[in-house]
Amino acid sequence: MTALPDSTDKKLGLVIDLDTCVGCHACVTACKGWNTQNYGAPLADMDAYGAEPVGSFLNRVHAFEVQPEAGAAQTIHFPKSCLHCDDAPCVTVCPTGASYKRVEDGIVLVNEDACMGCGLCAWACPYGARELDQDAGVMKKCTLCVDRIYNETLPEEDRVPACVRTCPAGARHFGDFADPESNVSKLTAERGGMALMPEQGTQPVNRYLPPRPKDTMEEVDVLAPLLKPVAEEPKGFLGWLDKALEKL
Amino acid sequence: MHPAPSVILFTTLSGLGFGLLFYLGLGIPDVSGFVAFVFFFIGYALACGGLVASTFHLANPKNAVKAFSQWRTSWLSREAWLAVSALVVTGLYAACLIFLGLHLPLLGALGALLCIATVFSTSMIYTQLASIPRWNHWSTPLLFLLLALGGGALLAGQATLAGILLLAVGALQAWIWHDGDKRFARAGSTMGTATGLGTIGDVRLFEPPHTGTNYLLDEMVYVVGRKHAVKLRRIALLCMSLLPAAILLLLPVGHLLALVAVILHVGGVMAARWLFFAEAEHVVGLYYGKRGGPAGAQA
Repeated sequence: MTALPDSTDKKLGLVIDLDTCVGCHACVTACKGWNTQNYGAPLADMDAYGAEPVGSFLNRVHAFEVQPEAGAAQTIHFPKSCLHCDDAPCVTVCPTGASYKRVEDGIVLVNEDACMGCGLCAWACPYGARELDQDAGVMKKCTLCVDRIYNETLPEEDRVPACVRTCPAGARHFGDFADPESNVSKLTAERGGMALMPEQGTQPVNRYLPPRPKDTMEEVDVLAPLLKPVAEEPKGFLGWLDKALEKL
Repeated sequence: MHPAPSVILFTTLSGLGFGLLFYLGLGIPDVSGFVAFVFFFIGYALACGGLVASTFHLANPKNAVKAFSQWRTSWLSREAWLAVSALVVTGLYAACLIFLGLHLPLLGALGALLCIATVFSTSMIYTQLASIPRWNHWSTPLLFLLLALGGGALLAGQATLAGILLLAVGALQAWIWHDGDKRFARAGSTMGTATGLGTIGDVRLFEPPHTGTNYLLDEMVYVVGRKHAVKLRRIALLCMSLLPAAILLLLPVGHLLALVAVILHVGGVMAARWLFFAEAEHVVGLYYGKRGGPAGAQA
């Protein structure tokens, strides 16, 4: 049934640090790689070597520019994937029962064997976290790498989502938001982790850490004294010449 | 939203078909035998034609039968159940009426109720989406229901009733366009809330995440053809509502004039339905900086 569970035992999700993300897109590549070679239908690319390639991705990095009231504009790289919402609208709209939220850990998943590719869940998601695979005709979304995080055949340090494992800047953190002592809960509390579009009422699990306030430097213009105009009004012989030429 | 022809065709035709079957179930017009057969045939052709068209937009239709399973939570699943039960119940009523000369008014009324409930469930598929503020409003089911009742009355040969209902449709549609233009702003989602960065200052897109297009942009950030929106609104209003209503209320309606009214109405509804999709702004556009302008977010 595509009814949402009243509560989940764990609330697995990501913390994404907008202060440290450098916008390298490594998480995008790692995600595409893992999720193409493992669980479910591969993330297809259509017309991959042609003029207009398009493909399915579960994670994409936007870049925004924010202009504060005073001071310089800031560039902020913004990775976006499924937020594994507590009140996930994508799940309840699903007519076939393909979409579901797991009671044990809160991960929102798609059972591809039941998906008919109507696309209504993608319409219901305000975040654009779901993409219909153009080759397989089924809905794809972030699984939090459910086939890594519990996978005992992998070394322990690899049992995190591929995007988290690969991030060279340490901007992505994986953990259980239901546990107030977890790394993600502490980071969220310390840094004021934000929910995206709270007005949509989806209660997303993932949190975004806002960029830290920028330092402001006192304006000291070391070159100013050296760049003063040397002589504004010519004097002496040049002054006489200037006047004489002007009168001509 | 991308105005997929299959979905425009589906909602237009099935709305009209179920509208007609609603009246036939109530015994309006009071027909029997071959005439009843023709009326029911038209109703079924429209309703079923629409339903078949709706399956064309499924990317994986082999799982379509599973759509009956989630009626407890999903309006799309409820629509599937209601549509099938409406067609079965109304079909039984029609078969008794046509072939046995047996008039079962209770069965007909139940069929009529199911037909109108089907149209309601179709409208709720769109109305439930908070991600599309223009649709997420009580006026959406009202418009779908009024349209089905108006178009149904037109096909059922109820000239005066149809004329009045179509005028009501026109008034409601005009108000929906007027009010709908403000709903995105009213919903309060901006690039600031979408990124959480609005507390720092004005947010604008610096670089999109991909240079080409993708499913999200094709499906939910449709912008082509909006420049003709005002013209299309006028055409839709004239054809869907005003012209057929004028024909029905002011002229002596025979079969030929009624056909003209039907053709105008169907064309008008299709234009209005195209706008229903093409003008619907999904909040995901905020992440692509594509929701500027009066209805959109801060610059």
